[in-house]
Amino acid sequence: MKIAVIIKQTPDTETVVKINDAGNDIVGTGVKYVMSPYCEFAVEEALRTKEKLGGEVVVVSLGPDRVLETIRTALAMGCDRAIHLKDPAYEGGDGQATAKALAAALKTVSPDIVFAGKQAIDGDQSQVAVRVAELAGLAQATIVTALEIAADGKTAKATRRSEGGGEVVELKLPALISCEKGLNEPRYASLPGIMKAKKKEVKELKPAELGLEGQVGAAGAKAKRVKLLPLAERKAGRRIEAETPEAAAAELVRLLREEAKVL
Amino acid sequence: MDYFTPEQHTFMKTVRDFFEKEVNPHVEEWENQGIFPAHQVFKRCGELGLFGITYDPKYGGSGLDYWWTAAYAEAMGGSCNCSGIPMAIMVQSDMCTPALHDFGSEELKEQFLAPSIKGEMVGAIGVTEPAAGSDVFGIQTTARRDGDHYVINGRKIFITNGTQADYVTTLVKTDKDAAHHGFTLIVVPTKTPGFSVARKLDKVGNLSSDTAELVYDDVRVPVANRIGDEGLGFIYQMRQFQKERMVAAFGAVAGARKALDATVAYLKQREAFGKPLIAKQYIQFKLAELSTQIELARQLNYHCARMIAAGEDCVRETSMAKLASCRLSREVADRGVQFHGGYGYMNEYPISRYRRDSRLGSIGGGADEVMMYIIAKLENYAA
Ligand SMILES: Cc1cc2nc3c(=O)[nH]c(=O)nc-3n(C[C@H](O)[C@H](O)[C@H](O)COP(=O)(O)OP(=O)(O)OC[C@H]3O[C@@H](n4cnc5c(N)ncnc54)[C@H](O)[C@@H]3O)c2cc1C
Repeated sequence: MKIAVIIKQTPDTETVVKINDAGNDIVGTGVKYVMSPYCEFAVEEALRTKEKLGGEVVVVSLGPDRVLETIRTALAMGCDRAIHLKDPAYEGGDGQATAKALAAALKTVSPDIVFAGKQAIDGDQSQVAVRVAELAGLAQATIVTALEIAADGKTAKATRRSEGGGEVVELKLPALISCEKGLNEPRYASLPGIMKAKKKEVKELKPAELGLEGQVGAAGAKAKRVKLLPLAERKAGRRIEAETPEAAAAELVRLLREEAKVL
Repeated sequence: MDYFTPEQHTFMKTVRDFFEKEVNPHVEEWENQGIFPAHQVFKRCGELGLFGITYDPKYGGSGLDYWWTAAYAEAMGGSCNCSGIPMAIMVQSDMCTPALHDFGSEELKEQFLAPSIKGEMVGAIGVTEPAAGSDVFGIQTTARRDGDHYVINGRKIFITNGTQADYVTTLVKTDKDAAHHGFTLIVVPTKTPGFSVARKLDKVGNLSSDTAELVYDDVRVPVANRIGDEGLGFIYQMRQFQKERMVAAFGAVAGARKALDATVAYLKQREAFGKPLIAKQYIQFKLAELSTQIELARQLNYHCARMIAAGEDCVRETSMAKLASCRLSREVADRGVQFHGGYGYMNEYPISRYRRDSRLGSIGGGADEVMMYIIAKLENYAA
């Protein structure tokens, strides 16, 4: 089984990000980067698939030098080799430009199955995985919480989460699976794994090597981010004053229904 | 300035994730029970590579330099919600196995070191006795040679992992007339007839770690269980103490930073006199002082790591690091409780557990005064 997993490096959820002077990007310095949490589910599922059905797991990621650290983490978790799309020309792309590069890189692997996070936790666009599947001509199931691949590696059954419920779909491989929380519990990079990862191959591919010169990054983007809006300041909490616990509970329910509109 | 490599950061994240997701959710329960399931937790630690960081890959270790141990101890101390479990883990990684690794025979290492590194065995270190703690020289447990066996008699007390251990690396007297050369280190499997746990001790802090008093009553173990040479046990143990003290120092500093951060977070949301308490300059200054001291201790620890990694002798620096770090953690704990007010005196606030736990640092692994004694000796103050 040829297994591929596409991952993205994102700022750590605990990092406090600042918006740059131009107002269209975050300030990179001082930011701690990690593998986007949904990509961790993807890596884990790729490894479990390999453990069940055999084969090789190739990890693919796009981004500058710093992304190598995240690639190494995936290798330390157990992926076999990596492709790093690293070139200034890849920078500044939108979902389409990034997907184009990733799909072309995947072509060099010809995978039976591709795993991806359902979304990256920085841009939150949920675009890359679906576009990659489309561009690479793969069947796809998104927001997957359970997966069963047939022993012959020809079909798969995926459970998708949908608003309040779920859906089970059958797919013909090759296919792309975008992974949702609950699919699995990602393993950690063990120390022996980290040591082994140092020796694993990380191949860099330039746009020209993919036949995509002038078509990736900012040059290939159809949409451009013009402005980032700061997070809304969190409002202070409110204390409910009431004579009895019953009255307080009633007031809380009223506020949740009428003001917060969550009930 | 970053002291750790990207790979070491990945490893630290693994350690933190492990404690936050697999250990912390159980800490409350294990603290209440006065014990944690060491075999279960150690198995996971073994899989993650926490027990063989600097050890020979031949026995399942990773063969890395000391900075990796520093990364491990710092990440563990900074993420676990109690000190008992990190202490129990460090007993296995840096207290009961260093002499075995450095001086044990091949067979002994196959039998005890390899499974310890894998986390399939739980080890303990038996040095302290009811009548001899700081004065290691005064221990009275004896091992008498009988053919190809040693027969061990005596008692050990305050032994971490004592009720769950598969073996105890035990310091005994093999020659009561010889001075420093009268001691030997022997690996004693706890299944051996004559070995027993007299009682599980009821402690003030580090509650999730089990601590025991052990009895050796005509315990017969093969001579092959001896670590290195007969008569060199005291010297091996003194070396082994260096490892113990250094991880204790790293853990103490990381724990102090965590406690200070928790105190700051508390002070930012606690209102008094119409403003969050943190607005008081007096409080800010106290926090700034403690933060500075934590940074100083941390730098001394890194200095030690550099010396150890370079293979330099650093008994002086390690003793200073242990003294400074463990003392400081007590100060941070006390100040943290003070700034938490009544809530800091309540068991449900983490700072109160930290205050109980951190008290051990200045006693275990060589008390503050023992560190001072070593430093004074090395500085030639008595001369
Ligand atoms: C929770 C816990 C876990 C432990 N785990 C282990 C373990 O796994 N294995 C093990 O072998 N031991 C263990 N110990 C024992 C620990 O190492 C000893 O308690 C410590 O070495 C002090 O020895 P002592 O208790 O006999 O105190 P003593 O030696 O009686 O000393 C009492 C006090 O006297 C002072 N003092 C001592 N020496 C001097 C000096 N030279 N000059 C001036 N003042 C001095 C110090 O303040 C010291 O605290 C543990 C202890 C605790 C509390």
